[in-house]
Amino acid sequence: VVKPAPFTYHVAHDVAEAVTLLTELGEDAKILAGGQSLVPMMNLRLARPSALIDITRIPGLSYLRAGPDGLHVGALTRHRAVETTHDAAVLAGFGVLQRSAHWIGHYPIRSRGTFGGSIAHGDSTAEWCILAVLLGAQIILAGPAGRREVSAGEFFEGFFTTAAGPDEVLTEVRFPAPAPHAALAEFAPRQGDFATVAAAVSLDLGGADGPDANGQAADGRVCRSARIVLGGISAAPFVVDAAGLAGQPTEPVAWREAGEFAAAQIDPPDDDNGDARYRRRLTATLVSRALAEASQR
Amino acid sequence: VTGEPREARLNGPAGRWVGAAVPRKEDRRMLLGRGRFVGDLARTGMLHAAFTRSPLPAAEVTGIDTSAAVALAGVAAAFTAADLGHPYLLAVLERDEFTPTGMPLLAGDQVRFAGEPVAMVLADDPYTAQDAAELVDVDWRPLQAVPGIEAARDSAARQVHAGLTGNCLVDLTMFDDATLPGILAAAPVVIDAVFRSARVAALPLEGRACLAEWDDRDQQLVLHASTQVPHQVRSGVAQALGIPERGVRVIAPDVGGGFGLKCVVGREEIAVAAAARRLRRPVSWIEDRQENLTASFHGHEQRYQVRAGFGRDGRILGLAAEIDCDAGAYSAFPFTSAVEPLMACTELPGIYKIPAYRARGRAVATNKAPTAPYRGVSRPQLVLVMERLMEKAAVELGLDPLEVRRRNMIGPGEFPYNGVNGISYDEGSYRESLDLAERQVRETFLNGGLSAGQAGLLAGVGYACFSERTAYGTPTMSQRRMAMTPGYDTALVRMDPSGEVIVTTGTCGHGQGHETTFAQIVADRLGVHPDRVRLRQGDTDLASYGWGTWGSRSIVIGGGAAGRAASLVGRQLRQVAAHLLEASPDDIELAGGSARVRGDERAALPVSELARIVHFQTHRLPEGLRYGLEARASFDPPGTFSNACHAAMVTIDPGTGEIRLCRYLVVEDCGVVINPMIVDGQVSGGVAQGVGAALLERVRYGDDGQPGSTTLMDYLAPTAAELCPVQITHLETASQFSETGAKGMGEGGMIGAPAAVLNAINDALRPAGISFDHIPVRPAEVCAALADTALAGDAAPVRRDGNERGAA
Repeated sequence: VVKPAPFTYHVAHDVAEAVTLLTELGEDAKILAGGQSLVPMMNLRLARPSALIDITRIPGLSYLRAGPDGLHVGALTRHRAVETTHDAAVLAGFGVLQRSAHWIGHYPIRSRGTFGGSIAHGDSTAEWCILAVLLGAQIILAGPAGRREVSAGEFFEGFFTTAAGPDEVLTEVRFPAPAPHAALAEFAPRQGDFATVAAAVSLDLGGADGPDANGQAADGRVCRSARIVLGGISAAPFVVDAAGLAGQPTEPVAWREAGEFAAAQIDPPDDDNGDARYRRRLTATLVSRALAEASQR
Repeated sequence: VTGEPREARLNGPAGRWVGAAVPRKEDRRMLLGRGRFVGDLARTGMLHAAFTRSPLPAAEVTGIDTSAAVALAGVAAAFTAADLGHPYLLAVLERDEFTPTGMPLLAGDQVRFAGEPVAMVLADDPYTAQDAAELVDVDWRPLQAVPGIEAARDSAARQVHAGLTGNCLVDLTMFDDATLPGILAAAPVVIDAVFRSARVAALPLEGRACLAEWDDRDQQLVLHASTQVPHQVRSGVAQALGIPERGVRVIAPDVGGGFGLKCVVGREEIAVAAAARRLRRPVSWIEDRQENLTASFHGHEQRYQVRAGFGRDGRILGLAAEIDCDAGAYSAFPFTSAVEPLMACTELPGIYKIPAYRARGRAVATNKAPTAPYRGVSRPQLVLVMERLMEKAAVELGLDPLEVRRRNMIGPGEFPYNGVNGISYDEGSYRESLDLAERQVRETFLNGGLSAGQAGLLAGVGYACFSERTAYGTPTMSQRRMAMTPGYDTALVRMDPSGEVIVTTGTCGHGQGHETTFAQIVADRLGVHPDRVRLRQGDTDLASYGWGTWGSRSIVIGGGAAGRAASLVGRQLRQVAAHLLEASPDDIELAGGSARVRGDERAALPVSELARIVHFQTHRLPEGLRYGLEARASFDPPGTFSNACHAAMVTIDPGTGEIRLCRYLVVEDCGVVINPMIVDGQVSGGVAQGVGAALLERVRYGDDGQPGSTTLMDYLAPTAAELCPVQITHLETASQFSETGAKGMGEGGMIGAPAAVLNAINDALRPAGISFDHIPVRPAEVCAALADTALAGDAAPVRRDGNERGAA
């Protein structure tokens, strides 16, 4: 089956209209943004929404804006826009988003898929979902009762389930604080596949003034604190206990030990891309590599 | 944009078109989106078919009700097996060891794999048809599924078809040397091993597709089908529906790839034809990707249990093999399910001189989709077996594995070689291709070793040496004893009054560039430009009965027939020119679009002028030269062996198990190359499929028989990102058995790549003392195997080159 079941199609011209349509059309209605996850699921008849509400005509929802209160990403911002941004303010504090975008699917998917759509879809292997949790993003939702914010850590509840209500539209994702020493490492069977495991890390480094003239990290820096978030090993992005890295010198042995420690904390699933043992191996490797990369930034 | 493709100017050796890299005539329309595929055809009042398919791998159908489907607005009809009179396709092998089993167009009282069609719905649009297919109400009584070879061979197993024993569709011991047990018992080194290859999908870009319509004027059922074998589809329709072959016309328009999946006849296409005949309305069916992956045809799921004896000098003394091929639920028409075991048993020895041989092969029925002769047909597996055996023997004996190969392979001066398998191998360049490949590996792969960026990776180089029999004519095919024995083909070459040449052939190119290569062959024989030659193919009303395009047969057999017919027309042209120029036909040469008297620059007539005179001024010619320029010729060779040596270099990341292909080279010999650009394309594409089979591709079924690879998200075909450029070198040993000196070459890339890649993986893993004997090798398996070794994880030492071959 590669043909969707019957559905009705509606165009929303502003966020309020989208909310109204969601309220009127009931729980089986779905928001259509880039359609890169929803439409394949509909074609396979795994998803059978009774109605689609197309929000791609709503103006003003596509932007990357870095300000004093962090980075604002409009819900309709295409992955490709993040991948190709040259905005120095974005790259300075939030460059990990730009550097990670190439992991998302393939070029046509990145050209059509949206930031908000990926967050709303809530796939635990999705780069944006993992990074949202890593960087403590706030998810902005609009509903009949007005606007509310949910922290990413509370937003992703389980397999493709989020805290968004059936009558709410995701309008923006805000990353509150710069994360200059962050990296995402990932392994997938092929370029563009869903990650078997993805590891995102962010370090707070002290004791030196950033990279030296050669772009290499100065020796003798210390890790003040670290955050590590994994995708592909649980129903929602998984926050690893990284307290052990506090006070550690920025040395490969510390990264390797942190990787092994992360692998020991998880209880990943078995599937065709690998059993739990393999996912632990990948976790150890990818956490270690992501930490090494982040510490070089 | 209008007009003909850009003028081909590149000329082949000695001023011939054969051998020239002529740009493909097909490319222009394809690249402009102007190809005409089945999906591009539309008819007024056309209905769209959709199939209700079994969700269960094995079940009895105890009831079926189409009334709700028919009641849906926009639905014209729905048919079950009973509605159609239980038509079926029957593929027959005339051997006692074979049990014929019919494949119903729609399953009747039993389904044998998940995805098998039980009902067909016809509606005004494909969406409504799909909606209605869901409304067909079927009562299932689940049966115990037989999910694989082991389960099928279990003595307590349920038989997939009544009448089978041990679930064998065929079980035959093709060779059995009584001296072999003694030879193996006495051999200094004996290798026992089991080799496995996963079930794979041919995955043509265009799935199956058809449009059937009834033609009242010709009283004929016209079936436009995406197929490699129009005439066999016609035979299948005629046999299944009980109508004479004349009553069916099969037309293959542009076909978006087949790879063997479309060289058998599908049940859905015939069901659609039956519906069109019954409803007297055009009916279209375009297979979707999920159907293509679960309900068409798979291949290559094989298990080899092998025992081989070697002498201390590395020479093989004897070989015994038990070969099981998972055939799936049905025997595909017309080849039968025996195609894989027959090929495997017959050709396992390959290029190696084996004194004593035993081979038993089985096609095992399971509750999975049926299999078709997918590109390579058993040879990717049997080459992998032989190339792994050479490596294993080298390790055991402490010899260089390439030296072990050299000591065993049929060498220069030993052709024609009569093998233990009864095959006569025509001349090839087995030794030369290996020597050249080894030198190229030294010069290009290993030069400088790995770059610093690859620190921490393991690297390895692997080889595969092989030959492949191509262009099986009836002298060879008849040994298989198929009720329908393929092999010959027939071409008609006709020149019109303008001097344009029309060639009809029974072969059916579906991406191979036959419009170009056939034109090159014919152009040389008639002294005209290839742009003056048009190929007509894929139409059973136009062409004489032919066997389509598969088995690396077309350029040798179809091209040979076209060449022969063109030579006959060339003789007619020379006779006409001789008469008009008052010269001897022997002194006339055809070149540059003219007939010229050799040695007389002024005595020449354009070919187009000869054509005009033959048709419009017939009275100027004597009786024997009148009435058209036209000839028909057939060709039916025994077959001819192409050969090649492949070499692959991979790196392995111990931290993730990732295997990356970094270098690949092919030294191949397909005799006279008709068009080197097209040959390179075929080789590269075949290598891509073989690399996919070695690293990624696997049609999964659960232990419960449920398919696990239902979309391209879970069936992993390689993309450009997983491949690397293929460096290709041509050697040219002209075939004595073909009209043009060419040998077939459509499958070789696929045949050599799995073995070369697997050997490269094992070379990389040698420091860890690990090796694999199955494909695909997956990252999780690499990590699991490395886990208990010193090379586990990220701390792996760097191996700077892949040159640590056997300790000769």
